[in-house]
Amino acid sequence: MGGVARALLRRGVQAVLVAVLVSGLCFTLVRLLPGDQAMRVAEGRYGYDRVTAASADAVRAELGLDRPAVEQFLAWVGRLAQGDLGVSLVTGERVVVEIAYQLGHTLLLSLAALSLALLAGPALGLFAGLRPGGVLDQAGMVGAAALRALPVFALGIGLMLVFGVTLGWLPVAGFHATENLVLPALALGLGLAAASARVARDATVAAVNAPFFGFALLRGLTRAQAVRQHVPRNAAVPVLAYLGVNLALLVEGVVVVESLFGWPGIGHALSHAISARDVPMLQGTALSLGLIFVALNAFTDVAILAADPRRRG
Amino acid sequence: MRGLRRIAARGQSPARLLGATLVGLVVLMAIAGPLLVDGSPTRQDLSAVLQPPSPDALLGRDQLGRSVLVRLVHAARLSVSLGAATVVAAAVPGILLGLLAAWAGGWTDRVLSGFGDAVLALPGLLLVLLVVALAPGAFWPLFLGLSLAMWVEWFRVTRAASGALLSAPAVEAARLLGFGPWHVLRRHVLPEMAPLFGTLAAFGFAGAVMAVGALGFIGIGLRPPTAEWGLMMVELLPYYDEAPLAMLAPALCLFALVLGLQLLAGRDPR
Repeated sequence: MGGVARALLRRGVQAVLVAVLVSGLCFTLVRLLPGDQAMRVAEGRYGYDRVTAASADAVRAELGLDRPAVEQFLAWVGRLAQGDLGVSLVTGERVVVEIAYQLGHTLLLSLAALSLALLAGPALGLFAGLRPGGVLDQAGMVGAAALRALPVFALGIGLMLVFGVTLGWLPVAGFHATENLVLPALALGLGLAAASARVARDATVAAVNAPFFGFALLRGLTRAQAVRQHVPRNAAVPVLAYLGVNLALLVEGVVVVESLFGWPGIGHALSHAISARDVPMLQGTALSLGLIFVALNAFTDVAILAADPRRRG
Repeated sequence: MRGLRRIAARGQSPARLLGATLVGLVVLMAIAGPLLVDGSPTRQDLSAVLQPPSPDALLGRDQLGRSVLVRLVHAARLSVSLGAATVVAAAVPGILLGLLAAWAGGWTDRVLSGFGDAVLALPGLLLVLLVVALAPGAFWPLFLGLSLAMWVEWFRVTRAASGALLSAPAVEAARLLGFGPWHVLRRHVLPEMAPLFGTLAAFGFAGAVMAVGALGFIGIGLRPPTAEWGLMMVELLPYYDEAPLAMLAPALCLFALVLGLQLLAGRDPR
């Protein structure tokens, strides 16, 4: 089996684990929530002033809530396997429809943040690494250490207050125009970009000091040519590997940043679902975020294999 | 400058010293603060709403007239104790199971590692959120969720590091001499792994403190009127113009604690 196939298989297993973990926790949640579930559903159907014990019993029999827990769980998982995520308890809309609307927003935001971490951060790190100890290097590394310690929500507030309110350059909320994307993407991506700048900087220093770099100069290449030929590709692998390990931070940040900026994505819906105790919505959003996490991981695995021929085989 | 260089020469990097100082200050604030600063973090004074700093409330008062300083030190106590408790609750099972997996090998190892992989399949905060959904606003699901998400890192690091240590010649010799597992662990394995545990503890502490702040901030962690840094920030956000210091202070405390822990930890072990 090729390296790519093996990596994708591993991620496939992870996707199944995500589904089992999320649905298991959500199923437990439904049963642990206070109150009678059949009564709650009956209330939703007939109105809270018209519900009787008899109608609750009818709902209980219809939904199979009187069956043993194991049987109910299998039915729950069975519905999930058919792509039936149920109906949101708040909006009454099917969860799949809600998530289909939110998915685009979340992907747009994550990809904007990822491009910051994959392009801007490493580029800065590369220039810093070419002159270790220089002004850019020292300033960049202090900045990176500070950004890493700043929680996403504090960074988001800072960006909001400085660029949105005090300077008035960018809108702090809304989601229709391109400039609406700038602040949330910065809040989500700056921390990752700082970390990847640091990784790219160390990889650049290592590449410039490696024997092959000296040999390139000896062959008669100018320094600029040698840097172009050797440094970006050598820096790419550790940067991708670092991002792969820290993709969890991106997904966690999505929940916080979307809630802060009122971005109508899956993370925002997740935090709403928790406060509203909307379990079907909670399961759908958590599952989607988990699967986005797995997909990004799979993408990183393949990108590392593409960038590093030594790992293929 | 020369003082810093002398410290660096002694093998103690200035970054680590700065980290230790920052962490020390916040921990001191958490332990001694509530004793030194009198008053209740939830006592309101609606005649002094958003009051600027004054002798009886050194950092001013918030939107309900509560002393920001009193709330700040109580929030420090909350974050530091929750962070420390989470680290202990994640480290003890993580280390024990990691040692067990490395020692026993075979099926024990496979089952434990598989369980660890299952937990890691989801991003940690998502797992915490799902557990917190059991009882939003309560203290125990937050603690349970964080420890559940964090023990795996201890397990994996311990398993990998002790696996290498257990196959070292010194351990083989000790076993041949008839020493039992307890002696081997205490004498050969745990001392070698102590610095690694220090790094893990610092990163875990920082992660827990940040997660508590983030959850409070998006309104699904602890609930008002609890004094918690993330909650304080979101509550004071609408009033940042009138009381910038009141909003900035919790952000600075959180930043100082996390930065200090990260500097203290040194390099990311992953």
